[in-house]
Amino acid sequence: MEIATREFKRCAVIEVSGRIDSATAPELAETFNEFTGEGQYNLVLDMGDVDFISSAGLRVLIDTQKTCQRLNRGKLVLADVPEHIYEAFDLAGFVALFDFYDEQVEAVGGF
Amino acid sequence: MSQQQTRTFPARYDSLAAIDRFVADAAERAGFDSGAIYQVQLAVDEACSNIIEHAYGGEGRGVIECSRHIEDGDLRVVIRDYGQPFDPSTVPEPDVDADLEERTGGGLGLFFIRHIMDEVTFDFDIENGNVLTLVKRKESAC
Repeated sequence: MEIATREFKRCAVIEVSGRIDSATAPELAETFNEFTGEGQYNLVLDMGDVDFISSAGLRVLIDTQKTCQRLNRGKLVLADVPEHIYEAFDLAGFVALFDFYDEQVEAVGGF
Repeated sequence: MSQQQTRTFPARYDSLAAIDRFVADAAERAGFDSGAIYQVQLAVDEACSNIIEHAYGGEGRGVIECSRHIEDGDLRVVIRDYGQPFDPSTVPEPDVDADLEERTGGGLGLFFIRHIMDEVTFDFDIENGNVLTLVKRKESAC
């Protein structure tokens, strides 16, 4: 898994590539925590280059969404989610918990 | 690939990618579509993650034996460990319709395994350890 981050005026973008599994999910959690620890609760996760995400990664997304949405101070949104990953999100009931955008630029513009 | 192939991996999270390739390769040879290959990868990853976390209680405490076998177009994956016995009936089904605040993400691994594979069987005995058999049938995969 590789992680790249970019900060915009109203949000931060986290671009991930590769596998998000039990081995790599803690590193993604750490990246999210760095932003929320600094008071940035508007986050875009760009999943366009993610090959695979397991429930270990889904737990990180749930925890981060809870942190961001507390006191209505922000939210984590998902961009460019690959089809098979979206199907797993749908099965797990995640579609109702996140805003999905086809492209990163739309997600950034949504803040 | 009519004969069964077995490989043994260290029960560590950094083995998951190699286990993934081992089963995905078989799913590809079975002619599964990309969605079904992804489902097999997900089920096997979840099973192996649970073995490391729950059966062995952490990384580096044993091995995971993984077998792959294609027969009549169906893919059978057998995953064996020698950790603590596992009773899947003790794991509650997650409420996938719950509000965000009520979500914990717990139990999702087993939930995926049960919902995306066509057959899921857990066996345990002292000599043979925990044996999880997962089957994806060609009818649901091509």
